[in-house]
Amino acid sequence: MSDKEKKQGTEISRRSFIKGVGTGTVAATVVPTILVGDEKTAEAQTDQATTNAEIQLNINGKLYEIEVESRTTLLTVLRDGIDTNGNNVDLTGAKLICDKGECGGCTILVDDKPVYACMMLAMDAQGKQITTVEGIANGDELHPVQEAFIKHDAMMCGFCTPGFVVSSVALLNENKKPTLEEIKDGLSGNTCRCGTYPFIFDAVETASDKM
Amino acid sequence: MASWGEASQSRLIGKRITRLSGKDKVTGKAKYTYDINRPGLLYGRILRSDVARANVVGLDLTAAEELPGVKAVIELTQVGNQLRYQGQEIAAVAAETDDIAKDALRLIHVELEELPFVVTEEDAMAEGAPEIRDWTGNKSNPGVDERGNLEAGFEEAAVTVEATYHTPVQTHVCLETHGNVAEWRGEEYLTFWASTQAVFGVRNDLARTFELPANQVRVITEHMGGGFGSKFGPGIEGHTAVRLSKMTGKPVKLMLTRRAEHLVAGNRPSMTQHVKAGATSDGRLVAYDMQGYGTGGISSGAGFTGPYVYHVENLRTQRFNVATNAGNQRAMRAPGHPQGAFAMDSLMDELAEKLGMNPLEFRRLNDQSEVRQAQYTLGAQEIGWHKRNTIPGSGTGIMKRGMGVGSGQWGGGGGRGTQARVTINADGTVEAVTGTQDIGTGIRTAIAIIVAEELGLQPTDISVTIGDSEPGLPSGGSGGSQTTPSVAPVIKTAAEAAKQKLFAHVAPLLQAPVDDLRIGTGTIYVASDRTKTVTWKQATGQLGMESISEGGNWDQELRQGGVAGTQFAEVEVDTQTGQVKVLKIVAVQDCGLAINRLATESQINGGVIMGLGQTLLEERIMDPQTGRMLNANLEDYKVPGTFEIPEIKPIVFDTHRRVSGVGEPPCIPTLGAIANAVYNAIGVRIRELPITPDKVLTALAQKKA
Repeated sequence: MSDKEKKQGTEISRRSFIKGVGTGTVAATVVPTILVGDEKTAEAQTDQATTNAEIQLNINGKLYEIEVESRTTLLTVLRDGIDTNGNNVDLTGAKLICDKGECGGCTILVDDKPVYACMMLAMDAQGKQITTVEGIANGDELHPVQEAFIKHDAMMCGFCTPGFVVSSVALLNENKKPTLEEIKDGLSGNTCRCGTYPFIFDAVETASDKM
Repeated sequence: MASWGEASQSRLIGKRITRLSGKDKVTGKAKYTYDINRPGLLYGRILRSDVARANVVGLDLTAAEELPGVKAVIELTQVGNQLRYQGQEIAAVAAETDDIAKDALRLIHVELEELPFVVTEEDAMAEGAPEIRDWTGNKSNPGVDERGNLEAGFEEAAVTVEATYHTPVQTHVCLETHGNVAEWRGEEYLTFWASTQAVFGVRNDLARTFELPANQVRVITEHMGGGFGSKFGPGIEGHTAVRLSKMTGKPVKLMLTRRAEHLVAGNRPSMTQHVKAGATSDGRLVAYDMQGYGTGGISSGAGFTGPYVYHVENLRTQRFNVATNAGNQRAMRAPGHPQGAFAMDSLMDELAEKLGMNPLEFRRLNDQSEVRQAQYTLGAQEIGWHKRNTIPGSGTGIMKRGMGVGSGQWGGGGGRGTQARVTINADGTVEAVTGTQDIGTGIRTAIAIIVAEELGLQPTDISVTIGDSEPGLPSGGSGGSQTTPSVAPVIKTAAEAAKQKLFAHVAPLLQAPVDDLRIGTGTIYVASDRTKTVTWKQATGQLGMESISEGGNWDQELRQGGVAGTQFAEVEVDTQTGQVKVLKIVAVQDCGLAINRLATESQINGGVIMGLGQTLLEERIMDPQTGRMLNANLEDYKVPGTFEIPEIKPIVFDTHRRVSGVGEPPCIPTLGAIANAVYNAIGVRIRELPITPDKVLTALAQKKA
């Protein structure tokens, strides 16, 4: 292909973007021009056509008035939200790790059931009781799961720990005396990369004895 | 001569002690970089190439800049530049919310002229492949090593094995993605919260890059969510956050997406090695001839060990790098070792079988490490080695069990470069400060243990400040299993010096010479007359308006490098589904003096689990057709989850009273141990990791045929 043809190809594409993926070495010889997006290729639209709404959320027994977009996740509200009085919600215990329900790092309780906060829209959480890891302890008195996690050193870097604590609480609420296999099953939605699992299992066993 | 004293004299060191940050971590109070909220915080995002190789022919930021809520948009490449891997940076935005930043990225118009690419080693080395960097045929000049007389070695050998072993690229998968919060204040002061394993390294990089005096850059890493070798510098994302903050006058948080984390934040290079080796009939490894390569993406650094651990007199090795259009490799937990160990331990088993020897006995004959010899005995007892199949694959039924062994070796002796201060205040409070960081291994707690031991207090009595460059007490990066052996000697000598100063203040009160004073538990007493004693608070009360504040020094005698490890695995293979289940791992890990046995055990567990992931699950999958990574998420890139966790028996094998690091070595022997156990179970060898069900079934089918 000549330089001239290349140039024309470029100019044409400026007027009409060719969307879609390239096809490797073959495609390269025909000089495709593509548009690049971070999460999705060639999406020239935005999600801007969303409506804002003021909602009330009950988080750890406290009412928050907050303006959200329809696309705002519950996790975004917890971590980054600013209420209508201008105060940060700042409940950063739930972690954003995979952002798509694969790792359990943002596990919270919604009406006592474990939920991935990254997979729930803030609007859908209205009228529900939301409990984050910050609301698991009873004031200064730690939950038996939290005590046991400390005792067994069931954490290394600790980034997954809040999710594991909340999942463990949810598991023990359902099953007071889980077997090791049941513990593994109950925590199978959570991922730890440091490899702290053995001590986490020990901690849940200890906590189950205390509950 | 400085020493840690006898084990029997230690009140805290070597015991199982829970970590100081435990309560903060279980309640969600621990603030990681990702959690930093600052007034007026903006959210940064980076637009990345979604193709493997292309020229940038157009870049227009206008539409993004015009989006309401967007505060800054900058180019990270230019028209005319070549992008060389998927994920490479193109532009960045800072916006009022993360969602607006996401929208803005979609409004950046980029035109790319795609170029031929190679994303697999095979494609890169194929004839006529496009050359993607300054290497002929995408291959670096090989590194060659020769020793002894290879030809004579093979002549002496009674048996030879020739095989090719492969491990794919593994990614770090730090749960807290790489990222930073940059807050540029006024003309020249930068506060930078960084998810890093090198606070001072990041500070010095930023000072240099942005031409700031080093003391006007403050780097803070109170907690960090995993690094595994990939988080030493601020990275492009860090420099970008600083630029955006400087432009907008606002703090900017810029954390990588999970996808970008897989693509650009480092990986363990692949390894392919073709090896021919020979052993004598009495079990001596006498010849080793290996050619191998690996890819570290567009960068070099795809090295691996070989031969590994075992002694061989005659050898020739040749290793080179293969360039591919993929993100750069970075150091990953014991760089080069696990993949080299997998190949070597597989090879040793193959040779042993040809000789008709027990693979453990064959190892004993060729391993010069006395420590590992003792570990073999201990580990074999613990796993019940005598119960293994003497004939591989001879078990009956669908579920077949097997056992295997693997070995490892690491340095972890620490080094100079840490400064620390231990302060005793008149009210009895004690502070320890140094510029190290806790990558998750628990150095904060180790510091408290050492100071508390020295001063007769409890670890919780010690206020430890780390992860902050502002006190101006530098420490090195947390890599090479060097943190504890680098920091511990300095902390100990600082605490000792502070104690001596306190003794000088207390001596008149006790009417005894300083060298007759001793530390008790919460007391100071006179050695020659134990009735003479004061409480800690009475003692520090002597300081009046003063505080004692002492530095320390790195004392060679307090640390030691060189740790050996051995692991034994028992697995169960489902011959109908091909699923491998690891039942038990016994990990015997030399580590010198374990400051905190609890944290040491957890690190051993963690290393085993990461090694298990590399053996059975983990693989970066590149699509040769599109040049893209197919599993850049946490669903398709499999890391070990609860169901994969076997019973693990971590054995802290402390052979001496000097401190060594143990973060990396336990991930090394796991690969060979599991792979050999799989062979012992099914009688077919899988030489390519990860050992997934498809490979097991294929191998079994070939065996039948």
